[in-house]
Amino acid sequence: MDAGSVNSSSSSSYLNAQSRWPLRDQFHQKKSSKENLDRFIPNRSAIDFDYAHYMLMEERKGKENPPASSPSREAYRKHLAETFNMNRTRILAFKNKPPAPVELFPPHFFSSQQQDKPTKPKRSIPQTSERTLDAPDLVDDYYLNLLDWGSCNVLAIALGNTVYLWDASNGSTSELVTVDEENGPITSVSWAPDGQHIAIGLNNSEVQLWDSTSNKQLRTLKGGHRLRVGSLAWNNHILTTGGMDSLIINNDVRVRSHIVETYRGHEQEVCGLKWSPSGQQLASGGNDNLLFIWDRSTASSNSPTQWAHRLEDHTSAVKALAWCPFQSNLLASGGGGGDRCIKFWNTHTGACLNSVDTGSQVCSLLWNKNERELLSSHGFTQNQLTLWKYPSMVKMAELTGHTSRVLFMAQSPDGCTVASAAADETLKFWNVFGAPQAAKPAPKANPEPFSHVNRIR
Amino acid sequence: MASRTVTKDIITLRGSAAIVSEFFGYAANSILYNRGLYPEESFVKVKKYGLPMLLTQDESVKSFITNVTAQLSEWLEAGKLQRIVLVIMSKATNEVLERWNFSIETDSEVVEKGVSREKSDKEIMREIQAIMRQIASSITYLPCLDEACVFDVLAYTDKDVAVPFTWIESDPKLIANPQMVKLHSFDTKIHKVDTLVSYKNDEWDEQ
Repeated sequence: MDAGSVNSSSSSSYLNAQSRWPLRDQFHQKKSSKENLDRFIPNRSAIDFDYAHYMLMEERKGKENPPASSPSREAYRKHLAETFNMNRTRILAFKNKPPAPVELFPPHFFSSQQQDKPTKPKRSIPQTSERTLDAPDLVDDYYLNLLDWGSCNVLAIALGNTVYLWDASNGSTSELVTVDEENGPITSVSWAPDGQHIAIGLNNSEVQLWDSTSNKQLRTLKGGHRLRVGSLAWNNHILTTGGMDSLIINNDVRVRSHIVETYRGHEQEVCGLKWSPSGQQLASGGNDNLLFIWDRSTASSNSPTQWAHRLEDHTSAVKALAWCPFQSNLLASGGGGGDRCIKFWNTHTGACLNSVDTGSQVCSLLWNKNERELLSSHGFTQNQLTLWKYPSMVKMAELTGHTSRVLFMAQSPDGCTVASAAADETLKFWNVFGAPQAAKPAPKANPEPFSHVNRIR
Repeated sequence: MASRTVTKDIITLRGSAAIVSEFFGYAANSILYNRGLYPEESFVKVKKYGLPMLLTQDESVKSFITNVTAQLSEWLEAGKLQRIVLVIMSKATNEVLERWNFSIETDSEVVEKGVSREKSDKEIMREIQAIMRQIASSITYLPCLDEACVFDVLAYTDKDVAVPFTWIESDPKLIANPQMVKLHSFDTKIHKVDTLVSYKNDEWDEQ
């Protein structure tokens, strides 16, 4: 600081100001002013500038309140600004100001707790199911996939040898098909993306395609698998089937010889099968504790290994799989009774991003489409549904009600309601994911969660 | 910037203007991110200057910065830009809390005679990289902005510049009794940019 004594405080502030406000050459000026010794201050290096500065500022702080509002100071500053800037410079600002941050989001870099403070009111999560339906003869088999909710708002569930359709918009139930005793039971159901066609996997290794609007069987895919087909996944016109014979087969349902590709990698039954939202990657989980990621683009190449990633971190069967709807390349997988973990994967690199021990068998996983949340369904001991905040994996809710393991879950097309089918032979509906965001006011205004979807039936 | 004409080591006025205005665009994004003016989620990572840089995805902020840098580029090419200041203000009181000051010295010979200069791209990038690193690390000493803030950009131009239709004259938005930290500089041999951050310093250390 340039202050030598208390008396020269005014001149010192001038000096200060001079070297500060124009900003440009502040540091050079300082240097030269040091060299240009004042003869009234014989030995500057002997003066404790820090102390002097402190005393000066403290005193001023006490006297003037607020400190910087002295009119003469202000006038001087203005004058200075004018002489230094205004004569040579024009200060311009863009007329359209940048938008203020939408969320009033104070930048607390250090405390994550405050960062998590929600700006919107907390959603209350109903602790009980909205409705419970009977599901007699539901096969209690971890490796099957017997529940799916189609884009036309119709829920399909396989009970023994029969596939039932439950129309969520009016609550009506109809029977789609009952297969012969020797072919059954049904081991998997999956709606095509159009919500009209449905694929049914059978214990006898066949897959049937049905049109739900006309209740007619369109074709049977056979010759691909040798054992039961427990998992199905659609990717446009490709129906991917996973069998107990450890094979995964891509079937083009439009053509006569439907088998397009066969993925070999699993060593035991394939029980989890999901295409990524982009349709570029397929995740498959098996009873061999393996999780594979297959790339659509490299599937047909003749490389020795067809898979993009072979992930062996789970220590039990991998059935629960869910692709993140808001972050591509993010997959959640859940392990069986011996593993109990939910793991998160970057499927691009194959890196495991996180692993959480849930304490019980993970039967299925669903992402919330509206919030960054993940729902898992479990077996022994609680037979609960657990809602997790992502990525913190803080438990937001535990929904109990089922009295036996919750084998299957399906999400309504609007993403709000979840259906869960458990080995206690009940089908429960939970309003766990809340209403869609305010951006979509139409369904919110309607209290009936399913009625906004038009269905042709 | 599309108009970059820098090839290898020869730097034209146009290329230099593009480097400087692009630098300002990235620096502004980095400041907005690091000072937490907009939510973290609204930024995406890109690679630039050999560093991971963050760019806003908020359409209106994006278009503001694009508009500003486009105009800056024009002034830089005319050699009429003296300084760019990014001002951070309290949203509630409009009090100026931080000024990020980028002083620009232009080689007048280049502007007048249209000659070009030579400096390796790599070296310029290294200099800019050093500034970007300093901006990112500035959060360690800058006071916490514990209120909602807004920002503005001031351009100090020569007096003879005609005010563009979309711009208005502004006061300098100075801070009383600022604390200042000088950051690194970079030089394209045509434009020399000095970076300095000044911030409100109202809490004196009570020993």
